Amino acid sequence: MSSFWRTLDRSTLRDIALVCLADAVVGASFGAITVSGGLPAWLPVAMSLLIFAGGAQFAAVGVLLAGGSPVAAILAGLVLNTRLFPYGLAIPDVLGGSWLARLAGAHVLTDESVAFALRQPDRARRRAAFWTCGIGLFAIWNLAVMAGVAAGRAIGNTGVIGLDAVFPAVLVALVLPSLADRATRDAALLGALIAMAASMFLPAGIPVLLALSGLVLVVPRGRRRSGEPRRAWMLTRPRVRDEPGATAGQDGQAAEGR
Amino acid sequence: MAVLVVAVLAAGTYAFRLAGPVLHGRLSVPVRVQRLLTSAATVLLVALAAVAALTQGHGFAGWARPAGVLVATALAVRRAPFPVIVGAAAVTTALLRLAGIS
Repeated sequence: MSSFWRTLDRSTLRDIALVCLADAVVGASFGAITVSGGLPAWLPVAMSLLIFAGGAQFAAVGVLLAGGSPVAAILAGLVLNTRLFPYGLAIPDVLGGSWLARLAGAHVLTDESVAFALRQPDRARRRAAFWTCGIGLFAIWNLAVMAGVAAGRAIGNTGVIGLDAVFPAVLVALVLPSLADRATRDAALLGALIAMAASMFLPAGIPVLLALSGLVLVVPRGRRRSGEPRRAWMLTRPRVRDEPGATAGQDGQAAEGR
Repeated sequence: MAVLVVAVLAAGTYAFRLAGPVLHGRLSVPVRVQRLLTSAATVLLVALAAVAALTQGHGFAGWARPAGVLVATALAVRRAPFPVIVGAAAVTTALLRLAGIS
């Protein structure tokens, strides 16, 4: 690990720390919301250790808290996590050669760790960024969720401190960059309208899945545009502060001038 | 039931994670499929955000929560740091409730 610290430049380490801090806030609210909603304390802890995917955890717990079916909770989480598959294809040289490294590395493959890896100019730094971010996030996410569980039990009604607004706010912040694509934005708006209408009478979890029908707006355009292979699947880049050179990694260029 | 949700979701999620590194070199995902997967995740997240922000059960969630999310959205558009966005959502909603607006 010590060589990793020397491999990465300070600004990358700082950005990784900032993202970890942000995710700690999200993890703590996840733990607090889950227990204050009446679900058992082991649930958020087990989810964070074994699933380790914030969006899917929130989605599944949201469905369960609203009284939806386990199947709907599972489906919502799984559809969200399909994006992890192309992420894994995008960083083949990062996890390492041994099977143990691949098996362990796969578990800490997240939006954040992949985004940081892809920003690095060479393989050594991609690996360092991936593992530093992945392990750091795993440790901090799980600690934060446990702290949140304890806090949620102490507070009782988390609505008083506005924690119910945290989850949708986090989603908006995460998803905003990927709404720059017009077809995706149209599909998302249509999907949201369908989900809102359906939530008035269908059980929890189903309306969000019905939103996927909004994708009809994407399919025909996708065919017309199938041009160069772009990193279209990079859905949620970490919300690090924009700075000169911060986007340099996107086109594979070195960001060494920083 | 909760055990089932955790077990299946954990297994499925890990399978998605591991499939990429394992299948690399033997499989290329067409750009259109990649695009569709990205869009699917985005559509799902936006729907989830809308439903979570605006509804409670089968009805309206009240004004405090959407107001908090609206403030957070404005900050996100202006590229505020993530912790600020999250904090502003909670504080706005909490203050509105304190003022008697649920």
